[in-house]
Amino acid sequence: MKALSLRQLSKTYRNGVQALKGIDLDVEQGDFFALLGPNGAGKTTAIGIIASLVNKTAGQVQVFGHDIDTDLETAKACLGLVPQEINFNQFEKVSTILVNQAGFYGIPRAVAKERMEMWLRKLQLWEKRDAISRSLSGGMKRRLMIARALIHEPKLLILDEPTAGVDIEVRRSMWEFLRELNESGTTIILTTHYLEEAENLCRHIAIIDEGRIIEHDRMATVLRKLHSEVFVLNLRQPLAGAPELPGYALKLADDGSIEVEVTKAQNLNDIFAALSARGIEVVSMRNKANRLEELFLRLVEGRDAATGEAKPAVPA
Amino acid sequence: MSAGSQATAASVPRGERRWVGFRTIVIREFSRIIRIWGQTLVPPAITATLYFIIFGSLIGRRIGDMGGVTYMQYIAPGLIMMSVITNSYGNVVSSFFGAKFGRHLEELLVAPLPNWLIVLGYITGGVVRGLLVGLLVTAIALFFTQLHVEHIAAVLAAVLLTSVIFSLLGFVNAVFAKNFDQISFVPTFILTPMTYLGGVFYSITMLPDWAQHVSKANPILYMVNAFRYGFLGLSDVNLAASFALMTVAAAALFGLCVWLMEKGTGTRE
Repeated sequence: MKALSLRQLSKTYRNGVQALKGIDLDVEQGDFFALLGPNGAGKTTAIGIIASLVNKTAGQVQVFGHDIDTDLETAKACLGLVPQEINFNQFEKVSTILVNQAGFYGIPRAVAKERMEMWLRKLQLWEKRDAISRSLSGGMKRRLMIARALIHEPKLLILDEPTAGVDIEVRRSMWEFLRELNESGTTIILTTHYLEEAENLCRHIAIIDEGRIIEHDRMATVLRKLHSEVFVLNLRQPLAGAPELPGYALKLADDGSIEVEVTKAQNLNDIFAALSARGIEVVSMRNKANRLEELFLRLVEGRDAATGEAKPAVPA
Repeated sequence: MSAGSQATAASVPRGERRWVGFRTIVIREFSRIIRIWGQTLVPPAITATLYFIIFGSLIGRRIGDMGGVTYMQYIAPGLIMMSVITNSYGNVVSSFFGAKFGRHLEELLVAPLPNWLIVLGYITGGVVRGLLVGLLVTAIALFFTQLHVEHIAAVLAAVLLTSVIFSLLGFVNAVFAKNFDQISFVPTFILTPMTYLGGVFYSITMLPDWAQHVSKANPILYMVNAFRYGFLGLSDVNLAASFALMTVAAAALFGLCVWLMEKGTGTRE
Protein backbone atom coordinates (compact mmCIF):
# COMPACT_ATOMS: atom_id res chain seq x y z
CA MET A 1 0.00 0.00 0.00
CA LYS A 2 1.13 3.52 -0.72
CA ALA A 3 1.60 5.71 2.33
CA LEU A 4 1.71 8.78 0.13
CA SER A 5 0.85 9.36 -3.48
CA LEU A 6 1.24 12.70 -5.28
CA ARG A 7 -0.03 13.14 -8.82
CA GLN A 8 0.71 16.20 -10.94
CA LEU A 9 0.94 18.32 -7.81
CA SER A 10 1.36 22.00 -8.66
CA LYS A 11 1.60 25.17 -6.68
CA THR A 12 1.80 28.70 -8.00
CA TYR A 13 1.96 31.39 -5.32
CA ARG A 14 0.10 34.67 -5.67
CA ASN A 15 3.35 36.44 -6.54
CA GLY A 16 3.61 34.17 -9.60
CA VAL A 17 6.35 31.88 -8.25
CA GLN A 18 5.80 28.31 -9.46
CA ALA A 19 7.02 26.30 -6.48
CA LEU A 20 5.82 22.92 -7.80
CA LYS A 21 5.45 22.06 -11.48
CA GLY A 22 3.33 18.91 -11.54
CA ILE A 23 5.27 16.45 -9.40
CA ASP A 24 4.48 12.73 -9.12
CA LEU A 25 5.74 10.87 -6.06
CA ASP A 26 4.98 7.55 -4.38
CA VAL A 27 6.10 6.46 -0.93
CA GLU A 28 5.38 2.87 0.07
CA GLN A 29 4.05 1.94 3.50
CA GLY A 30 6.90 1.22 5.92
CA ASP A 31 9.51 3.07 3.88
CA PHE A 32 12.10 5.50 5.20
CA PHE A 33 12.13 8.08 2.43
CA ALA A 34 14.43 11.05 1.82
CA LEU A 35 13.11 14.12 0.03
CA LEU A 36 16.06 16.30 -0.88
CA GLY A 37 16.61 19.44 -2.87
CA PRO A 38 18.35 22.81 -2.74
CA ASN A 39 16.83 25.71 -0.83
CA GLY A 40 13.71 26.93 -2.60
CA ALA A 41 13.33 23.69 -4.61
CA GLY A 42 9.75 23.12 -3.41
CA LYS A 43 10.19 20.57 -0.59
CA THR A 44 8.53 22.62 2.13
CA THR A 45 5.72 23.63 -0.23
CA ALA A 46 5.04 19.97 -1.03
CA ILE A 47 5.05 19.07 2.67
CA GLY A 48 2.82 22.08 3.40
CA ILE A 49 0.26 20.88 0.85
CA ILE A 50 0.30 17.30 2.19
CA ALA A 51 -0.25 18.62 5.73
CA SER A 52 -2.94 21.17 4.67
CA LEU A 53 -0.87 24.21 5.57
CA VAL A 54 -0.66 25.32 1.94
CA ASN A 55 -3.45 25.26 -0.65
CA LYS A 56 -2.49 23.40 -3.82
CA THR A 57 -3.07 24.90 -7.23
CA ALA A 58 -3.69 21.55 -8.96
CA GLY A 59 -3.07 17.84 -8.62
CA GLN A 60 -3.94 15.03 -6.26
CA VAL A 61 -2.65 14.04 -2.80
CA GLN A 62 -3.51 10.72 -1.15
CA VAL A 63 -2.37 9.66 2.31
CA PHE A 64 -2.86 5.91 2.83
CA GLY A 65 -5.42 6.03 0.02
CA HIS A 66 -7.39 8.94 1.54
CA ASP A 67 -7.67 11.84 -0.88
CA ILE A 68 -7.24 15.25 0.77
CA ASP A 69 -9.97 16.65 -1.49
CA THR A 70 -12.63 14.12 -0.52
CA ASP A 71 -11.52 12.60 2.80
CA LEU A 72 -9.33 15.24 4.38
CA GLU A 73 -10.03 14.41 8.04
CA THR A 74 -8.99 10.76 7.69
CA ALA A 75 -5.94 11.72 5.62
CA LYS A 76 -4.89 14.18 8.35
CA ALA A 77 -5.47 11.60 11.10
CA CYS A 78 -2.90 9.33 9.41
CA LEU A 79 -0.27 12.05 9.29
CA GLY A 80 2.20 13.53 11.78
CA LEU A 81 4.26 16.58 10.89
CA VAL A 82 7.49 17.93 12.36
CA PRO A 83 7.86 21.29 10.62
CA GLN A 84 11.05 23.18 9.93
CA GLU A 85 10.16 26.19 12.11
CA ILE A 86 9.28 26.03 15.81
CA ASN A 87 5.49 26.29 15.87
CA PHE A 88 4.26 25.45 19.36
CA ASN A 89 2.92 27.96 21.85
CA GLN A 90 6.05 29.25 23.55
CA PHE A 91 4.06 30.27 26.64
CA GLU A 92 2.59 26.85 27.34
CA LYS A 93 4.03 24.04 29.39
CA VAL A 94 5.64 21.10 27.57
CA SER A 95 3.04 18.65 28.91
CA THR A 96 0.13 20.94 27.99
CA ILE A 97 1.32 21.22 24.39
CA LEU A 98 1.30 17.44 24.00
CA VAL A 99 -2.00 16.79 25.79
CA ASN A 100 -3.75 19.51 23.77
CA GLN A 101 -2.35 18.21 20.49
CA ALA A 102 -3.62 14.72 21.34
CA GLY A 103 -7.02 16.27 22.01
CA PHE A 104 -7.07 17.90 18.56
CA TYR A 105 -6.75 14.36 17.18
CA GLY A 106 -9.65 13.09 19.30
CA ILE A 107 -7.59 11.30 21.93
CA PRO A 108 -9.29 11.52 25.35
CA ARG A 109 -7.42 13.43 28.05
CA ALA A 110 -6.65 10.43 30.25
CA VAL A 111 -5.09 8.51 27.33
CA ALA A 112 -3.34 11.68 26.15
CA LYS A 113 -1.65 12.08 29.55
CA GLU A 114 -0.34 8.50 29.43
CA ARG A 115 1.00 8.99 25.93
CA MET A 116 2.48 12.34 26.85
CA GLU A 117 4.51 10.67 29.60
CA MET A 118 5.56 7.83 27.30
CA TRP A 119 6.80 10.08 24.48
CA LEU A 120 8.46 12.59 26.79
CA ARG A 121 10.36 9.76 28.46
CA LYS A 122 11.35 8.25 25.11
CA LEU A 123 12.59 11.61 23.88
CA GLN A 124 14.33 12.42 27.17
CA LEU A 125 12.10 15.38 27.97
CA TRP A 126 10.19 14.01 30.95
CA GLU A 127 12.17 16.12 33.40
CA LYS A 128 11.06 19.19 31.45
CA ARG A 129 7.34 18.36 31.45
CA ASP A 130 6.43 21.35 33.63
CA ALA A 131 8.82 23.77 31.95
CA ILE A 132 7.49 26.60 29.80
CA SER A 133 8.39 25.55 26.27
CA ARG A 134 10.17 28.84 25.53
CA SER A 135 12.83 27.93 28.10
CA LEU A 136 13.90 24.72 26.29
CA SER A 137 17.17 24.49 24.37
CA GLY A 138 17.12 24.23 20.56
CA GLY A 139 17.58 20.45 20.61
CA MET A 140 14.84 20.03 23.20
CA LYS A 141 12.44 22.14 21.14
CA ARG A 142 13.09 19.88 18.14
CA ARG A 143 12.46 16.78 20.27
CA LEU A 144 9.28 18.34 21.64
CA MET A 145 8.03 18.82 18.08
CA ILE A 146 8.79 15.16 17.34
CA ALA A 147 6.89 14.09 20.49
CA ARG A 148 3.98 16.32 19.48
CA ALA A 149 3.88 14.82 15.97
CA LEU A 150 3.83 11.30 17.46
CA ILE A 151 1.27 11.86 20.22
CA HIS A 152 -1.57 10.56 18.01
CA GLU A 153 0.71 7.76 16.71
CA PRO A 154 0.47 8.55 13.00
CA LYS A 155 1.06 5.99 10.27
CA LEU A 156 3.06 8.51 8.25
CA LEU A 157 5.55 10.87 9.88
CA ILE A 158 6.99 13.76 7.87
CA LEU A 159 10.05 15.51 9.28
CA ASP A 160 11.19 18.72 7.65
CA GLU A 161 14.83 19.17 8.67
CA PRO A 162 14.35 17.79 12.19
CA THR A 163 18.04 17.86 13.15
CA ALA A 164 18.80 21.41 11.97
CA GLY A 165 20.85 23.21 14.59
CA VAL A 166 21.16 20.32 17.06
CA ASP A 167 24.50 19.00 18.28
CA ILE A 168 25.98 15.78 16.94
CA GLU A 169 25.14 13.72 20.05
CA VAL A 170 21.46 14.64 19.94
CA ARG A 171 21.42 14.15 16.17
CA ARG A 172 22.81 10.61 16.46
CA SER A 173 20.33 9.77 19.19
CA MET A 174 17.48 11.13 17.01
CA TRP A 175 18.68 8.91 14.14
CA GLU A 176 18.50 5.90 16.39
CA PHE A 177 15.05 6.90 17.58
CA LEU A 178 13.76 7.41 14.03
CA ARG A 179 15.26 4.13 12.87
CA GLU A 180 13.45 2.28 15.68
CA LEU A 181 10.23 4.12 14.93
CA ASN A 182 10.47 3.08 11.29
CA GLU A 183 11.23 -0.52 12.27
CA SER A 184 8.10 -0.51 14.44
CA GLY A 185 6.02 0.26 11.32
CA THR A 186 5.83 4.03 10.92
CA THR A 187 6.48 5.29 7.40
CA ILE A 188 8.89 8.21 7.54
CA ILE A 189 9.59 10.98 5.04
CA LEU A 190 12.63 13.08 5.86
CA THR A 191 14.09 16.25 4.45
CA THR A 192 17.48 17.23 5.78
CA HIS A 193 20.51 19.45 5.27
CA TYR A 194 22.72 16.57 6.37
CA LEU A 195 23.00 14.22 3.41
CA GLU A 196 24.93 11.77 5.56
CA GLU A 197 21.70 11.52 7.58
CA ALA A 198 19.65 10.67 4.49
CA GLU A 199 22.22 8.12 3.27
CA ASN A 200 22.36 6.42 6.66
CA LEU A 201 18.64 6.27 7.35
CA CYS A 202 16.67 6.22 4.11
CA ARG A 203 15.91 3.38 1.70
CA HIS A 204 14.37 5.49 -1.05
CA ILE A 205 15.11 8.99 -2.20
CA ALA A 206 13.61 11.72 -4.35
CA ILE A 207 15.52 14.83 -5.34
CA ILE A 208 13.42 17.84 -6.13
CA ASP A 209 14.82 20.82 -7.96
CA GLU A 210 13.05 23.91 -9.29
CA GLY A 211 9.67 22.36 -8.57
CA ARG A 212 10.37 19.10 -10.43
CA ILE A 213 11.46 15.63 -9.32
CA ILE A 214 14.83 14.96 -10.94
CA GLU A 215 15.59 11.63 -9.17
CA HIS A 216 13.24 9.12 -7.58
CA ASP A 217 14.63 5.67 -6.82
CA ARG A 218 16.16 3.34 -4.25
CA MET A 219 19.02 4.98 -2.35
CA ALA A 220 21.46 2.26 -3.46
CA THR A 221 20.44 2.66 -7.12
CA VAL A 222 20.83 6.41 -6.98
CA LEU A 223 24.24 6.15 -5.33
CA ARG A 224 25.41 3.75 -8.06
CA LYS A 225 24.94 6.63 -10.49
CA LEU A 226 27.92 8.27 -8.85
CA HIS A 227 30.66 7.42 -11.34
CA SER A 228 33.59 8.69 -9.32
CA GLU A 229 34.52 9.64 -5.77
CA VAL A 230 37.12 12.04 -4.44
CA PHE A 231 39.35 10.75 -1.62
CA VAL A 232 41.66 12.74 0.63
CA LEU A 233 44.92 10.87 1.41
CA ASN A 234 46.84 12.01 4.47
CA LEU A 235 50.61 11.59 4.02
CA ARG A 236 53.42 10.76 6.43
CA GLN A 237 55.76 13.39 4.92
CA PRO A 238 54.66 16.75 3.50
CA LEU A 239 55.04 17.26 -0.28
CA ALA A 240 55.97 20.37 -2.22
CA GLY A 241 53.71 19.47 -5.16
CA ALA A 242 51.16 16.86 -6.23
CA PRO A 243 52.81 13.71 -7.66
CA GLU A 244 51.95 12.78 -11.24
CA LEU A 245 50.29 9.37 -11.70
CA PRO A 246 49.26 8.44 -15.27
CA GLY A 247 45.45 8.14 -15.55
CA TYR A 248 44.73 9.82 -12.21
CA ALA A 249 43.94 13.41 -11.34
CA LEU A 250 45.81 14.30 -8.17
CA LYS A 251 46.05 17.66 -6.49
CA LEU A 252 47.65 18.93 -3.33
CA ALA A 253 45.00 19.71 -0.70
CA ASP A 254 47.63 21.07 1.68
CA ASP A 255 51.28 20.16 2.19
CA GLY A 256 50.31 17.05 4.22
CA SER A 257 47.49 15.64 2.06
CA ILE A 258 46.47 15.08 -1.53
CA GLU A 259 43.09 14.67 -3.24
CA VAL A 260 42.52 12.01 -5.85
CA GLU A 261 39.45 11.31 -7.98
CA VAL A 262 38.78 7.59 -8.49
CA THR A 263 36.33 6.40 -11.14
CA LYS A 264 34.43 3.08 -11.07
CA ALA A 265 36.92 1.65 -13.59
CA GLN A 266 39.89 2.46 -11.34
CA ASN A 267 40.89 1.17 -7.93
CA LEU A 268 42.64 2.41 -4.83
CA ASN A 269 45.20 -0.44 -4.79
CA ASP A 270 46.86 0.89 -7.97
CA ILE A 271 47.10 4.36 -6.47
CA PHE A 272 48.61 3.11 -3.23
CA ALA A 273 51.13 0.99 -5.20
CA ALA A 274 52.13 3.91 -7.43
CA LEU A 275 52.50 6.25 -4.45
CA SER A 276 54.48 3.62 -2.55
CA ALA A 277 56.82 3.20 -5.53
CA ARG A 278 57.51 6.94 -5.33
CA GLY A 279 58.30 6.67 -1.61
CA ILE A 280 55.07 8.42 -0.56
CA GLU A 281 53.49 6.86 2.52
CA VAL A 282 49.74 7.20 3.10
CA VAL A 283 48.77 7.12 6.80
CA SER A 284 44.99 7.57 6.51
CA MET A 285 42.23 8.26 4.02
CA ARG A 286 38.67 9.66 3.90
CA ASN A 287 35.98 10.58 1.39
CA LYS A 288 36.20 14.27 0.56
CA ALA A 289 32.40 14.50 0.70
CA ASN A 290 29.57 12.20 1.64
CA ARG A 291 28.64 10.11 -1.43
CA LEU A 292 25.09 11.40 -1.57
CA GLU A 293 26.33 14.95 -1.21
CA GLU A 294 28.70 14.37 -4.10
CA LEU A 295 25.90 13.04 -6.30
CA PHE A 296 23.50 15.74 -5.19
CA LEU A 297 25.94 18.50 -6.07
CA ARG A 298 26.68 16.93 -9.44
CA LEU A 299 22.98 16.65 -10.27
CA VAL A 300 22.26 20.22 -9.27
CA GLU A 301 25.46 21.54 -10.85
CA GLY A 302 24.48 19.69 -14.02
CA ARG A 303 21.24 21.63 -14.05
CA ASP A 304 23.12 24.87 -13.39
CA ALA A 305 25.55 24.19 -16.22
CA ALA A 306 22.62 23.56 -18.55
CA THR A 307 20.66 26.65 -17.53
CA GLY A 308 23.57 28.93 -16.68
CA GLU A 309 22.08 29.61 -13.24
CA ALA A 310 24.07 30.10 -10.05
CA LYS A 311 24.36 26.93 -7.97
CA PRO A 312 22.85 26.91 -4.49
CA ALA A 313 25.14 27.66 -1.59
CA VAL A 314 23.80 24.93 0.68
CA PRO A 315 22.26 21.64 -0.41
CA ALA A 316 19.18 20.13 1.28
CA MET B 1 15.59 7.56 22.82
CA SER B 2 13.58 4.58 21.67
CA ALA B 3 10.45 4.36 19.56
CA GLY B 4 7.09 2.90 20.52
CA SER B 5 4.05 0.92 19.43
CA GLN B 6 1.43 1.85 16.84
CA ALA B 7 -2.24 2.83 17.33
CA THR B 8 -3.49 5.62 15.13
CA ALA B 9 -5.87 8.55 15.56
CA ALA B 10 -7.47 7.44 12.28
CA SER B 11 -9.21 4.67 14.23
CA VAL B 12 -11.08 7.13 16.50
CA PRO B 13 -14.70 7.54 15.26
CA ARG B 14 -15.21 10.90 13.55
CA GLY B 15 -17.91 12.13 15.94
CA GLU B 16 -15.82 11.33 18.99
CA ARG B 17 -12.74 12.92 17.42
CA ARG B 18 -14.67 16.12 16.73
CA TRP B 19 -16.18 16.27 20.21
CA VAL B 20 -12.83 15.72 21.96
CA GLY B 21 -11.19 18.21 19.57
CA PHE B 22 -13.82 20.87 20.25
CA ARG B 23 -13.58 20.34 24.00
CA THR B 24 -9.79 20.64 23.82
CA ILE B 25 -9.98 23.99 22.00
CA VAL B 26 -12.44 25.30 24.60
CA ILE B 27 -10.34 24.02 27.52
CA ARG B 28 -7.25 25.63 25.98
CA GLU B 29 -9.08 28.94 25.56
CA PHE B 30 -10.48 28.81 29.10
CA SER B 31 -7.02 28.00 30.50
CA ARG B 32 -5.63 30.99 28.65
CA ILE B 33 -8.29 33.28 30.15
CA ILE B 34 -7.50 32.04 33.64
CA ARG B 35 -3.70 31.96 33.12
CA ILE B 36 -3.59 35.63 32.12
CA TRP B 37 -6.37 36.75 34.49
CA GLY B 38 -4.49 39.99 35.11
CA GLN B 39 -5.16 40.93 31.48
CA THR B 40 -8.52 39.25 30.94
CA LEU B 41 -10.56 39.64 34.14
CA VAL B 42 -9.08 42.41 36.27
CA PRO B 43 -9.08 45.36 33.81
CA PRO B 44 -12.81 45.09 32.94
CA ALA B 45 -13.63 44.85 36.65
CA ILE B 46 -11.64 48.01 37.40
CA THR B 47 -13.12 49.86 34.41
CA ALA B 48 -16.67 48.91 35.39
CA THR B 49 -16.07 49.98 39.01
CA LEU B 50 -14.84 53.38 37.81
CA TYR B 51 -17.87 53.79 35.55
CA PHE B 52 -20.23 52.98 38.40
CA ILE B 53 -18.46 55.38 40.77
CA ILE B 54 -18.11 58.28 38.35
CA PHE B 55 -21.15 58.01 36.08
CA GLY B 56 -23.45 56.18 38.46
CA SER B 57 -22.78 57.63 41.91
CA LEU B 58 -21.22 61.06 41.29
CA ILE B 59 -22.77 62.31 38.04
CA GLY B 60 -25.83 60.03 38.12
CA ARG B 61 -27.12 61.58 41.36
CA ARG B 62 -27.48 64.93 39.57
CA ILE B 63 -29.16 63.38 36.51
CA GLY B 64 -32.01 61.83 38.48
CA ASP B 65 -34.43 59.16 37.20
CA MET B 66 -34.61 57.82 33.65
CA GLY B 67 -37.73 55.99 32.53
CA GLY B 68 -38.80 55.53 36.14
CA VAL B 69 -35.53 54.01 37.40
CA THR B 70 -32.39 55.57 38.87
CA TYR B 71 -29.62 56.52 36.45
CA MET B 72 -27.39 53.86 38.04
CA GLN B 73 -30.01 51.18 37.35
CA TYR B 74 -30.43 52.51 33.83
CA ILE B 75 -26.76 52.32 32.88
CA ALA B 76 -25.99 49.03 34.67
CA PRO B 77 -27.28 46.76 31.84
CA GLY B 78 -25.47 48.95 29.28
CA LEU B 79 -22.19 48.70 31.18
CA ILE B 80 -22.54 44.92 31.54
CA MET B 81 -23.21 44.65 27.82
CA MET B 82 -20.27 46.94 27.00
CA SER B 83 -17.90 44.68 28.91
CA VAL B 84 -19.36 41.59 27.22
CA ILE B 85 -18.85 43.15 23.77
CA THR B 86 -15.30 44.30 24.45
CA ASN B 87 -14.15 41.07 26.06
CA SER B 88 -15.77 38.66 23.62
CA TYR B 89 -14.17 40.54 20.74
CA GLY B 90 -10.83 40.98 22.51
CA ASN B 91 -10.54 37.35 23.50
CA VAL B 92 -10.96 35.93 20.02
CA VAL B 93 -8.97 38.58 18.18
CA SER B 94 -5.97 38.29 20.51
CA SER B 95 -6.06 34.52 20.89
CA PHE B 96 -6.51 33.72 17.20
CA PHE B 97 -4.07 36.37 15.98
CA GLY B 98 -1.57 35.28 18.66
CA ALA B 99 -1.85 31.71 17.37
CA LYS B 100 -1.29 32.93 13.82
CA PHE B 101 1.63 35.14 14.79
CA GLY B 102 3.27 32.43 16.95
CA ARG B 103 2.48 29.84 14.26
CA HIS B 104 0.86 27.46 16.75
CA LEU B 105 -2.37 27.83 14.77
CA GLU B 106 -0.68 25.21 12.59
CA GLU B 107 -1.31 22.70 15.39
CA LEU B 108 -5.01 23.05 14.61
CA LEU B 109 -4.66 23.36 10.85
CA VAL B 110 -2.90 20.00 10.54
CA ALA B 111 -5.35 18.29 12.93
CA PRO B 112 -8.29 16.26 11.57
CA LEU B 113 -10.90 18.84 12.57
CA PRO B 114 -13.31 20.61 10.19
CA ASN B 115 -12.96 24.38 9.89
CA TRP B 116 -16.43 25.06 11.31
CA LEU B 117 -15.39 23.28 14.49
CA ILE B 118 -12.23 25.38 14.83
CA VAL B 119 -14.34 28.54 14.43
CA LEU B 120 -16.89 27.20 16.94
CA GLY B 121 -14.12 26.44 19.45
CA TYR B 122 -12.66 29.94 19.30
CA ILE B 123 -16.13 31.54 19.43
CA THR B 124 -17.01 29.47 22.49
CA GLY B 125 -13.81 30.74 24.11
CA GLY B 126 -14.89 34.31 23.35
CA VAL B 127 -18.37 33.70 24.74
CA VAL B 128 -16.94 32.12 27.90
CA ARG B 129 -14.79 35.19 28.57
CA GLY B 130 -17.63 37.57 27.64
CA LEU B 131 -20.00 35.87 30.05
CA LEU B 132 -17.40 35.57 32.82
CA VAL B 133 -16.66 39.28 32.63
CA GLY B 134 -20.39 40.03 32.31
CA LEU B 135 -21.03 38.13 35.55
CA LEU B 136 -18.15 39.95 37.22
CA VAL B 137 -19.49 43.37 36.18
CA THR B 138 -23.00 42.34 37.28
CA ALA B 139 -21.61 41.44 40.71
CA ILE B 140 -19.87 44.84 40.89
CA ALA B 141 -23.11 46.57 39.81
CA LEU B 142 -24.89 44.93 42.75
CA PHE B 143 -22.55 46.78 45.13
CA PHE B 144 -23.88 50.06 43.76
CA THR B 145 -27.53 49.40 42.96
CA GLN B 146 -30.31 46.83 42.93
CA LEU B 147 -31.03 44.97 39.72
CA HIS B 148 -34.31 43.21 39.04
CA VAL B 149 -34.68 40.90 36.10
CA GLU B 150 -37.97 41.45 34.30
CA HIS B 151 -37.51 38.98 31.45
CA ILE B 152 -34.79 36.40 32.05
CA ALA B 153 -35.12 34.88 28.56
CA ALA B 154 -34.48 38.29 26.97
CA VAL B 155 -31.42 38.83 29.20
CA LEU B 156 -29.92 35.45 28.33
CA ALA B 157 -30.72 35.58 24.61
CA ALA B 158 -29.42 39.14 24.23
CA VAL B 159 -26.16 38.54 26.09
CA LEU B 160 -25.49 35.23 24.34
CA LEU B 161 -26.20 36.51 20.84
CA THR B 162 -24.19 39.70 21.40
CA SER B 163 -21.25 37.73 22.73
CA VAL B 164 -21.38 35.35 19.76
CA ILE B 165 -21.57 38.22 17.26
CA PHE B 166 -18.59 40.07 18.71
CA SER B 167 -16.56 36.90 19.08
CA LEU B 168 -17.16 36.26 15.38
CA LEU B 169 -16.22 39.84 14.50
CA GLY B 170 -13.02 39.39 16.52
CA PHE B 171 -12.32 36.25 14.51
CA VAL B 172 -12.75 38.11 11.20
CA ASN B 173 -10.40 40.85 12.43
CA ALA B 174 -7.79 38.28 13.47
CA VAL B 175 -8.00 36.46 10.12
CA PHE B 176 -7.20 39.63 8.17
CA ALA B 177 -4.74 41.17 10.65
CA LYS B 178 -1.10 41.12 9.63
CA ASN B 179 0.33 42.82 12.73
CA PHE B 180 -0.63 43.81 16.26
CA ASP B 181 -1.62 47.34 15.18
CA GLN B 182 -4.37 45.86 13.05
CA ILE B 183 -5.94 44.01 15.96
CA SER B 184 -6.14 47.15 18.10
CA PHE B 185 -7.39 49.40 15.28
CA VAL B 186 -10.98 48.10 15.18
CA PRO B 187 -11.57 48.10 18.98
CA THR B 188 -10.13 51.60 19.36
CA PHE B 189 -11.53 53.40 16.35
CA ILE B 190 -14.75 51.52 15.60
CA LEU B 191 -15.93 49.38 18.50
CA THR B 192 -15.48 51.86 21.36
CA PRO B 193 -17.20 54.82 19.61
CA MET B 194 -20.07 52.57 18.46
CA THR B 195 -20.52 51.20 21.98
CA TYR B 196 -20.48 54.64 23.59
CA LEU B 197 -22.99 55.89 21.01
CA GLY B 198 -25.09 52.73 21.30
CA GLY B 199 -27.29 53.87 24.17
CA VAL B 200 -25.18 52.58 27.06
CA PHE B 201 -25.30 55.87 28.98
CA TYR B 202 -28.47 57.48 27.62
CA SER B 203 -31.82 56.89 25.97
CA ILE B 204 -31.88 57.94 22.33
CA THR B 205 -35.20 59.70 23.03
CA MET B 206 -33.03 62.42 24.63
CA LEU B 207 -31.41 63.10 21.23
CA PRO B 208 -32.66 65.33 18.41
CA ASP B 209 -34.57 63.57 15.61
CA TRP B 210 -31.64 63.37 13.18
CA ALA B 211 -29.38 61.92 15.85
CA GLN B 212 -32.04 59.33 16.72
CA HIS B 213 -32.13 58.25 13.07
CA VAL B 214 -28.33 58.00 12.94
CA SER B 215 -28.30 56.03 16.21
CA LYS B 216 -30.74 53.50 14.76
CA ALA B 217 -28.09 52.55 12.19
CA ASN B 218 -25.83 51.44 15.05
CA PRO B 219 -26.37 47.69 15.66
CA ILE B 220 -25.06 47.95 19.22
CA LEU B 221 -28.09 50.08 20.11
CA TYR B 222 -30.35 47.08 19.45
CA MET B 223 -28.22 44.74 21.54
CA VAL B 224 -27.98 47.10 24.51
CA ASN B 225 -31.71 47.84 24.41
CA ALA B 226 -32.70 44.19 24.14
CA PHE B 227 -30.54 43.46 27.19
CA ARG B 228 -31.85 46.48 29.11
CA TYR B 229 -35.41 45.38 28.33
CA GLY B 230 -34.67 42.05 30.01
CA PHE B 231 -33.66 43.85 33.22
CA LEU B 232 -35.88 46.94 33.30
CA GLY B 233 -38.64 46.33 30.76
CA LEU B 234 -37.47 49.51 28.96
CA SER B 235 -36.38 49.74 25.31
CA ASP B 236 -35.85 52.47 22.70
CA VAL B 237 -36.20 50.03 19.81
CA ASN B 238 -38.43 47.27 18.50
CA LEU B 239 -37.45 44.08 20.34
CA ALA B 240 -38.50 41.64 17.62
CA ALA B 241 -36.32 43.58 15.17
CA SER B 242 -33.43 43.49 17.68
CA PHE B 243 -33.49 39.73 18.14
CA ALA B 244 -34.02 39.10 14.42
CA LEU B 245 -31.07 41.35 13.60
CA MET B 246 -28.84 39.60 16.13
CA THR B 247 -29.79 36.11 14.96
CA VAL B 248 -29.23 36.92 11.29
CA ALA B 249 -25.93 38.68 12.06
CA ALA B 250 -24.66 35.73 14.12
CA ALA B 251 -25.56 33.20 11.41
CA ALA B 252 -24.11 35.33 8.58
CA LEU B 253 -20.87 36.02 10.46
CA PHE B 254 -20.42 32.35 11.35
CA GLY B 255 -20.83 31.48 7.66
CA LEU B 256 -18.30 34.17 6.74
CA CYS B 257 -15.73 32.90 9.27
CA VAL B 258 -16.04 29.29 8.07
CA TRP B 259 -15.76 30.42 4.45
CA LEU B 260 -12.60 32.42 5.25
CA MET B 261 -11.09 29.36 6.92
CA GLU B 262 -12.04 27.08 4.00
CA LYS B 263 -10.45 29.55 1.61
CA GLY B 264 -7.38 29.83 3.80
CA THR B 265 -7.50 33.65 3.93
CA GLY B 266 -4.78 34.80 6.31
CA THR B 267 -4.16 31.27 7.55
CA ARG B 268 -3.00 29.08 4.65
CA GLU B 269 -0.74 30.16 1.82
